[in-house]
Amino acid sequence: MRLFPFHGGLKTVRHKTESNRQAIRAAALPKRLIVPLRQHVGAIAKPLVKTGDPVLKGQRIGQPDGYVSAAVHAPTSGVVIAVDQQPVPHPSGMTDWCVSIEVDGEERWIERCPVDYQHLHPSDLRNVVRNAGVVGLGGAVFPSAVKMNLSGHCERLEHLILNGAECEPWMTCDDRLMRERAPEIVAGIHILAHLLAPREVLIGIEDDKPEAIAAMAAACAGTGYEVRPVPTRYPSGGVKQLTKLLTNKEAPTDGRSTDIGVQCFNVATAYTLHRAIHHGEPVISRIVTVTGHVKQPQNLEVLLGTPFAELIAESGGYQDGVQRLIMGGPLMGFALHDDRVPVTKATNCILAAGAEDLALEQPAMPCIRCGACMDVCPADLLPQQLYWHARAKEFDKAQDYHLFSCIECGCCSYVCPSRIPLVQYYRYAKNEIWAQEKEKQKAELARQRHQARLERLEREKQEREAKLRQKAPPRSDAAAEKPTPTASIAHAKEAASSAADSPTEAIARDA
Amino acid sequence: MMVAAVALGLLAGASGLLLGFAAVRFRVEGDPIVERIDAILPQTQCGQCGFAGCRPYAEAIAVGEADINQCPPGGENGIVALAELLGRDPKPLNPENGAEKPKMLAVIDEQNCIGCTLCIQACPVDAILGAAKHMHTVIAKECTGCELCLAPCPVDCIQMLPVTPAISTWKWTYPMAETKVESAAAEAAV
Repeated sequence: MRLFPFHGGLKTVRHKTESNRQAIRAAALPKRLIVPLRQHVGAIAKPLVKTGDPVLKGQRIGQPDGYVSAAVHAPTSGVVIAVDQQPVPHPSGMTDWCVSIEVDGEERWIERCPVDYQHLHPSDLRNVVRNAGVVGLGGAVFPSAVKMNLSGHCERLEHLILNGAECEPWMTCDDRLMRERAPEIVAGIHILAHLLAPREVLIGIEDDKPEAIAAMAAACAGTGYEVRPVPTRYPSGGVKQLTKLLTNKEAPTDGRSTDIGVQCFNVATAYTLHRAIHHGEPVISRIVTVTGHVKQPQNLEVLLGTPFAELIAESGGYQDGVQRLIMGGPLMGFALHDDRVPVTKATNCILAAGAEDLALEQPAMPCIRCGACMDVCPADLLPQQLYWHARAKEFDKAQDYHLFSCIECGCCSYVCPSRIPLVQYYRYAKNEIWAQEKEKQKAELARQRHQARLERLEREKQEREAKLRQKAPPRSDAAAEKPTPTASIAHAKEAASSAADSPTEAIARDA
Repeated sequence: MMVAAVALGLLAGASGLLLGFAAVRFRVEGDPIVERIDAILPQTQCGQCGFAGCRPYAEAIAVGEADINQCPPGGENGIVALAELLGRDPKPLNPENGAEKPKMLAVIDEQNCIGCTLCIQACPVDAILGAAKHMHTVIAKECTGCELCLAPCPVDCIQMLPVTPAISTWKWTYPMAETKVESAAAEAAV
């Protein structure tokens, strides 16, 4: 079993043992749930309920809108008390559309219909997945149904990769899930393998999780799926890095992983897929690591929409010295503005970070051109060049250095001796480029519409002139006939009626 | 002497034919520089530059009748892009043409609209929907914020509202923690 190391990467602090010793515990049922309608990449789900509606556990409350979208479900039974804008976990601290549910505590389910996936047309199966709200639970929350469609990117999938690397410090939700529910994960992999028919199924797990590796290997016995321990080196859980590690393949800069015959899913996604297909249960909960400066760090199985504050309280509350509340890991996560925001499908970890975990946020000093960032960049980029260009707002040049290949893993910022927030510059540059692109598209649309309007006005003018020419008799005849009063009245009436037909025209003429 | 004259004459004749052929064969329709200037302009068609739209302004710039700093919606970025394209020095926006403003959106107070269609005729991008004696409304997605509909409205029921920030259009800002030499010096002192 050969592994193919990727460029760069880091040995980071681990902090895994704080939370991975206890079994996953179900969190207490909260009194109120705030379920965001945008918990996935793509278009926001359309609300299907209104204030006052009773909902059952697992009832669909958000309809996927468009191809890249996913459904949202009521995590428990109760009554909808509001469909409005609420604060959501997002780096901006802004609000987004949410369905608030007053929980009745009865946990009454909708009718659950397990699906016999082996006798279902692939597109029907994908629809079931989409309507069950299955998205990538590694944190990127990309709708899984879209990824389960190869759509001509490759003839046949070579490798199906299951990502159990969980390389970020502090996070242990996938570790506990693999230890405790390996057979269910494997049942989910069966579904993926059935649909994608890969030549090989590889499960990548970092070697600092021997229990998870053993549990997964036991569950995979006799299936032909291969569990491959990978060295503990951040960011081995990045899709591109894990693909390189396991298969030695690299996707082209502007291509997708399916172009090289690889597709990758998180192990937790496979688990929810199993629940959706074999039990008819949509995605209404997830495992969340609550750790850092809390009294009892642990993994909780949490209903989506549960406020962070309740999970903190359930973990014994904050300890002294908490500086920031972070969603996700310390390297790729973001700081929250408020601890009352709800858990979403993207919430893999809630980290109450102390001052010692936030070394990155000290004042930055000038770049000394040491090149340490380049040595650790797992995407093999030149972070220092990207930094100069992003800082100077030279976005074209930043793109020449493959800005969009940056996975924002944070390795460069982590090693920077001047503590420059490099990733922030890259994010800023990416966002600006996207915004400019959007502006350009809008301007192009306006240009086309303006052009169409000018053409229409010209056409109308010509038509009007043609009409007038037709109506007005030739001059010589007019002189000979001498218009009678009745004839001119008829003319006037005709003109009036045609004016009534098209008011725009009439007013334009008046003007 | 004769040979040289004949040779040069033939060479000149041949080059002339070649150039004549190229002029016909590779003729460029329209002025490409106008297209490229037009592509930089924001296409609001607001007329603040003093021309009847973005395209006429682009044509005027191309022939040197207008300066590059007359487009308030394009703002500083637009002027810099134009300067780069035309090989000139960027200059500040001409205040006679207006000031750079945040992006706005026309909104019709539908209660007060009398359905006169005047704004519909004024809109350069056909972004207002309605008919005579019926309520009008602005198609927000198509509105360029040019403000041309404000003046014709006889009941002043159109307002320009700033585009509300939404989570889907939110952007990461320029990092605040700029390189601070002072604090570094302070730390060194400690």
